Amino acid sequence: MIRGTHFKPGFMAALLHRLSGIALAIFLPLHFLALGTALSGADRLDAFFNLTHNIWIRTAEWGLVTALALHLALGLRVLVLESAGWRESTASVVSGCVAGSLAIGILFLLNAF
Amino acid sequence: MQTNTLELDIWRGDRDGHFEAFSLPLRESQTILDAVTEIQRTQDASLAYRFACRVGMCGSCAMVVDGIPRWTCRTRIVDVRRRGKRLKLEPLRNLPIVKDLAVEMTVFFDKWRDAKGYFEPGDAPSAEFAVVPPDSRERRAADIAIECINCGICYSACDVVSWDTDYLGPAALNRAWTLVNDVRDRGQQARLAAVATDAGCHSCHSHMSCTEFCPKALSPTQSIAGLKRETMRAALRGDI
Amino acid sequence: MNAAWTARLLLAQRATASVLAFAVAIHLATIIYAVRAGLNAGEILGRTRGNALFLAFYSLFVIAASIHAPIGLRNIFREWANWRGRSLDLAMIAMSLVLLALGLRAAFAVYAA
Repeated sequence: MIRGTHFKPGFMAALLHRLSGIALAIFLPLHFLALGTALSGADRLDAFFNLTHNIWIRTAEWGLVTALALHLALGLRVLVLESAGWRESTASVVSGCVAGSLAIGILFLLNAF
Repeated sequence: MQTNTLELDIWRGDRDGHFEAFSLPLRESQTILDAVTEIQRTQDASLAYRFACRVGMCGSCAMVVDGIPRWTCRTRIVDVRRRGKRLKLEPLRNLPIVKDLAVEMTVFFDKWRDAKGYFEPGDAPSAEFAVVPPDSRERRAADIAIECINCGICYSACDVVSWDTDYLGPAALNRAWTLVNDVRDRGQQARLAAVATDAGCHSCHSHMSCTEFCPKALSPTQSIAGLKRETMRAALRGDI
Repeated sequence: MNAAWTARLLLAQRATASVLAFAVAIHLATIIYAVRAGLNAGEILGRTRGNALFLAFYSLFVIAASIHAPIGLRNIFREWANWRGRSLDLAMIAMSLVLLALGLRAAFAVYAA
């Protein structure tokens, strides 16, 4: 249910933080399982990595890196809000967090390809 | 649509009600409250709504205007009317609808009480006047949050209240914070326990809708952040 | 009892968030650096194999994440799925243990490979 009160930076920040958190929580056990294949030797891990050489997985990788950066940035905002009782200019701070996270995502793309 | 006519859709009935269309002449400096009053007096006497002071002091006229909770006596039509769109009026959210634009505020005040939003003098209050310097840290913290007049706009705007009916809500928690900062109060342990449950400050996710829409420019988000700090400190000390 | 439990959950959430802030910052930098060579078992394991520092870092990372993620998900289940009470808390503890087990296994896997 989308409300008029939702088109505000504070809500957007909370929603992005929550959605990125869900994505990371789903990814994390899969990440651990993938890395755990190294127990069966480096070849096993490489076999897994070979599966990831397609555009969909690459896009997902970029998405997850951006989600991680976003969750970190917006999480730091929450920590500062709560510990310092800071009365911020929300739109500027949230835009800064999102922009910074997208920048990290682009940095990842530039280095990955 | 003529530019000198105001077209409105107003909620009628209770939760299972419907929107009813009205139209009336647009007047200079007209507020939403003016429009609703004119409709009730000249078109439909059965329209139910609340107001009292009509000058932005009591908060009784709070309603949802095009999805945004506002004081209707302080909302001018020209500021919210959009060309070609009908104006939508609804009662405050998250509270049971009595009729049309009037809501039942009991649960709002029950939560105020449940958050220990009242002064506790203790068993043996001092006979002397308490000396509380106005520029002390606690008094300054209380003062920036104390002007709440219980209009219910923050409660209406809060998503967590919608998602969790037990959540005490921004107004009750904001008031609890002012009392946490009242150095005369002797009920701090009970108050911190009351606001530290799942229904309390820990469920605030800093959406800041309360702060965004508070007509008194209060920041319940900031007050609740203070409660989080205090309850975490109390947990570390073993007081909770 | 509820107040004591939820106050401690919030404390654990914010404390692990602070730990993760550092860990994620380092991890993002590592990812962006390491992905230049592509996803390659030899490259990755070459860095982590026998490296006690990486093992310690990843173990701390895993422990913090295993506490942080379930507490966050608890809020989401309570608010968006209307799941409350003891069964939710037990499920989140179970999730925490699963993440801990898989995570420490993965950290050890890249150390011992």
